Amino acid sequence: MKGFRYLRNVATLELDRSVCIGCGRCLEVCPHQVFALADKKASLVDREVCMECGACALNCPVKAIAVDSGVGCASGLINEWLQERNLRKLGGGGCCS
Amino acid sequence: MVPPGLYAIGHPSPDDPVLVTANYKMSYDIVRQALAGRSVWLLVLETYGINVWCAAGKGTFGTGEVVRRVTSSGLARVVRHRRLILPILGAPGVSAHQVAQRCGFSVSYAAIRAADLPAYLDSGLVTAPAMREMSFSFYERLVLIPVELVLALKSIALAGGALFLLFAISSGRAAALSALLAWFGASLTGIVAGPLLLPWLPGRSFAVKGAVAGLVWSALFLLLSGGNQWNILVKSAVFLVLPAVSAFYTLNFTGCTPFTSRSGVKKEMRTAIPAMGGALLLGALLVLLGTFY
Repeated sequence: MKGFRYLRNVATLELDRSVCIGCGRCLEVCPHQVFALADKKASLVDREVCMECGACALNCPVKAIAVDSGVGCASGLINEWLQERNLRKLGGGGCCS
Repeated sequence: MVPPGLYAIGHPSPDDPVLVTANYKMSYDIVRQALAGRSVWLLVLETYGINVWCAAGKGTFGTGEVVRRVTSSGLARVVRHRRLILPILGAPGVSAHQVAQRCGFSVSYAAIRAADLPAYLDSGLVTAPAMREMSFSFYERLVLIPVELVLALKSIALAGGALFLLFAISSGRAAALSALLAWFGASLTGIVAGPLLLPWLPGRSFAVKGAVAGLVWSALFLLLSGGNQWNILVKSAVFLVLPAVSAFYTLNFTGCTPFTSRSGVKKEMRTAIPAMGGALLLGALLVLLGTFY
């Protein structure tokens, strides 16, 4: 994605190339072009721009990809934090509640 | 909300493609608009009125619902081929190989934007590189802001009212109006200016971007309200509290962007939230000291 890059060194994306069968599904589903095919296997060309949507891991037929997926949303995380502590939901709802 | 199920656009034959979308009214309308004048099948999933991307994140635009809808609509008897065309942003909820295993239909991820569907269909179901590239233009950010404003309105009004009363009681009407202006300005800076100026504000952290915009507002506010005569304690408080408020609201915009990761937001919240809290407390203390001494 041109013009936008989020924090460095936070992405939890991992690819196990020894398991990869080179089907290319991850290239198809990734909206940030994190993957490329090299030597008939997927490789991570820009791991840093991963937004952890989880599409690649879910669509990998041999489970070669692991990522701690979820939505990168501050109010969602605040709501989660409040719910974990059994606090009444504060503030507005929004999409990630 | 559009009732889920199989729809015909134009006069599709058993060989025409099957496209899949969510039952959010706007998704459905945009897809239909993009496909106007063609003959295709449209399989609408039950996502409870939520768009593809958010529904995929929640799992309602998901493997189970695709399989359920394919089965309940009797799609296998309607079409001769066994291929479903899905939006790329639905992929976080749908496992293509599991769909194939469970209902016999293979999944092709076409494009991010419905507007690219005609080109995708005309090129023989080939996704051009640009069709899978996310964008977040000035206009795409602008259209998100009204909803964000409405969502924040209640808390802004409540806190604004409390602030006004507090200052009215302690320092009089003029100070209360100034405080209200400062508060509204800082909130709007975080909700409107931060997101619009996103690529040009320094730093990668949304909280930092919001704080920088908030600093600019703080200076502007002092100019507007003739705050140059205020004592140094109150002036410092302005530069602590207002950026913290703007930073909070811009940090909140992470949920609207198509590029922030969960790990990243967690990381910046771990430092940003305590920093904002500290700035607010210290600012309140300085205002107290500045008002009474």
